[in-house]
Amino acid sequence: MIPELGHYALVLALALSLIQSVGPVIGARYRDASLMRLADSTALMQFFFVALSFAALTVSYVTSDFSVANVFENSHSMMPLIYKMTSVWGNHEGSMLLWVLILAVFGAGVAAFGRNLPSSLKALVLAVQSWIATAFYLFILLTSNPFLRLPQAPFEGRDLNPILQDPGLAIHPPLLYLGYVGFSIAFSFAVAALIEGRIDAAWARWVRPWTLAAWMFLTLGIAMGSYWAYYTLGWGGFWFWDPVENASLMPWLSGTALLHSAVVMEKRNALKIWTVLLAILTFSLSLIGTFLVRSGVLTSVHAFATDPTRGIFILGILIAFIGGSLTLFAWRAPMLKQGGLFAPISREGSLVFNNLFLTTACLTVFVGTLYPLALEAMTGEKISVGPPFYNVTFGPLMIALVFAMPFGPLLAWKRGDLLGVAQRLMSAFAVGLVAVAIAFAAEGGQSVLAPFGVGLAFFVMAGAAVDIAERAGLFRVPLATAAKRAAGLPRSAWGTAVAHVGIALTLLGIIGAATWGTERIVALKPSQTVALSGYELSFDGLTQRRGPNYSAQVATFSVHSGGALIGIMEPSKRSFSARGMSTNEAALMMRGLGQLYLSLGDTNADGSIAVRLYYKPLVMLIWFGAVVMMLGGALSLSDRRLRVGAPKPGRKPAAKPALQAAE
Amino acid sequence: MRRFAFIALLFAWLAPAVAFAVEPDEMLKDPVLEARARHLSEELRCMVCQNQSIDDSAAPLARDLRLLVRQRLTQGDTDQQVLDFLVARYGDFVLLRPPVKFDTLLLWGLPPAALVAGLIALVAMARRRRTASLQPAALTPEEQKRLSTLVGPGAPEA
Repeated sequence: MIPELGHYALVLALALSLIQSVGPVIGARYRDASLMRLADSTALMQFFFVALSFAALTVSYVTSDFSVANVFENSHSMMPLIYKMTSVWGNHEGSMLLWVLILAVFGAGVAAFGRNLPSSLKALVLAVQSWIATAFYLFILLTSNPFLRLPQAPFEGRDLNPILQDPGLAIHPPLLYLGYVGFSIAFSFAVAALIEGRIDAAWARWVRPWTLAAWMFLTLGIAMGSYWAYYTLGWGGFWFWDPVENASLMPWLSGTALLHSAVVMEKRNALKIWTVLLAILTFSLSLIGTFLVRSGVLTSVHAFATDPTRGIFILGILIAFIGGSLTLFAWRAPMLKQGGLFAPISREGSLVFNNLFLTTACLTVFVGTLYPLALEAMTGEKISVGPPFYNVTFGPLMIALVFAMPFGPLLAWKRGDLLGVAQRLMSAFAVGLVAVAIAFAAEGGQSVLAPFGVGLAFFVMAGAAVDIAERAGLFRVPLATAAKRAAGLPRSAWGTAVAHVGIALTLLGIIGAATWGTERIVALKPSQTVALSGYELSFDGLTQRRGPNYSAQVATFSVHSGGALIGIMEPSKRSFSARGMSTNEAALMMRGLGQLYLSLGDTNADGSIAVRLYYKPLVMLIWFGAVVMMLGGALSLSDRRLRVGAPKPGRKPAAKPALQAAE
Repeated sequence: MRRFAFIALLFAWLAPAVAFAVEPDEMLKDPVLEARARHLSEELRCMVCQNQSIDDSAAPLARDLRLLVRQRLTQGDTDQQVLDFLVARYGDFVLLRPPVKFDTLLLWGLPPAALVAGLIALVAMARRRRTASLQPAALTPEEQKRLSTLVGPGAPEA
């Protein structure tokens, strides 16, 4: 009964979505207020029904209803409750349901909080959202229905892929989806603006909070996924340049570019056409990511060819939305009026520079991800594009971008003074140089590039501090006044500084973990000891333990530093009988910002066990930096001018009654 | 494969293998040679895996390749000779950094070309704007009319 309810709710959501796809558009065309307002209620109702559908699937999982094919294939009655719930999106069908749920959340968000939007724009935005939703409801109902029943209910389920039975992966997909489905709002706004043929600075102010929110989730989602891969895969890597990771990185890069170009549009009414194009491209990249991951084309071109229904369906959605929106763009964009002139050396110019490098970086990832697929499909020749490729292509672009980062916020709008900015950044340069010298002395010539990377990171952090100090007038006015001014600065200024510091922290973490880490690979027998970067780890022995749906082989290590015991580390191997699979659970120990990392390999005939031991200094900064970036985004989002529904600052009180009357 | 959560798709092939990448018994005694071997391993793809280097992969084939690399190195091959040997045997597929040649021209060329084209377009646009902003726009008929009413019929034609 409950699965059928869920199925039916999804069909109702589709029906509502069809209404919302057409009604508001007609309303906007003929200025019919009631038809336009229709979108608000359908968007909220859609959210209600999709949530109901999602809840129904969750209930089926929690109650282990194995008569539902999807539950049978991805769950097990002995699995802990938390994983029963996360199994809902631990499979293709369920994750698509999560996708539309998040789409509906954002649609309902616009309906509920977009009170200050012009009614025709709001109606069109919600209609475009519904076009996307309709396509994906149909995709689920026609090719990936999670509510299908089995003729005979099996006694036990097949279990969730053990690698997914992990807290990190429980929250990773929702965060990631909140990110890249969130970009659909920017897309809908862009398409709506093109249909209306009108776009202004206010448009950018409405789009920015949604884009910022999506970007924050995506940042956190990518960081979460990276940390999960780091501790799960057992060799301590944090980024693999795998197509699936790239699929999430591409929207992040273009979304970051979009955030910056929207600033120019909002403040200076310039870069309109480019901003609209970026909004379209960012969500297109999210769709491409969905296609890459969901169609099976990544596993191999041939896997795609043998079972193409889903792949072809998503490809159809892809072509319709990307092709359609770009055609609309080509047709309507020339009609949008350009505004706001600026000199090449100016705040706008620096943001254009940022956009050029971010989009080129995004293109690099795009080509690197898709080129092997295209080449194989066309010529049959197979090539591999891996980390060494990105190190020489993506790396330099990022270094140039990061180096330019402190300059941007210090340049004036319209016409800036690069020399003056360079002078004001002198103290930051000095901090960077000192950092290079210290890093050189500390590492003793291990790597030539790493100290410069450290210097770059410190330059960026000091640059962010200089920006805030300059704005507050530090050293020019009394300290108390400066502090007061700093506190009174727009939150978005603080947000910029904080997010830029986050980038620098991530850079530091990458350098620390990649160049100064130490690694030992040894075969150990009980009571043997290994030394690693000043730590002594002694292997105390192996024990067997039982988990709820697995058995584990646990190795116990006592860790000594300077003769004193500082802790116990227990890496393990788990084997899951339902699927006959095993996972490797690394043991982690925090040492300041670094980590000790142990993972187990094979047991040998002589009773020894292979162990990989790492010391990774500063490694936590990689993810901590991402959290700081996200906090920067949150600060900027709390800026009063961006707060959804907040009245525009500086509006005269006399304007208020008129506004209320309009509502 | 398609059924798993999407990120797991990427890692799913790993699941049956708990053993990891470089095993203690494979490593060479000479630390310099071993370091070279590790470095080379990062450039080589495990062909049965999905986008994994032989340094990271636990697949038997990756182990065979790691042993092969070490064998060639101990026999005195240079790094390039080892790579050439493997390419001759397995094709370009084995290299994680594809060679620059006709087939990969777009792969290597497109990003820098886009960067250069973007820069040129920006410079051109800045130039055009500068010349445009130097010459004030002509008055519209209405503005001309207002001007005439303000200064009289003798107003200069703009």
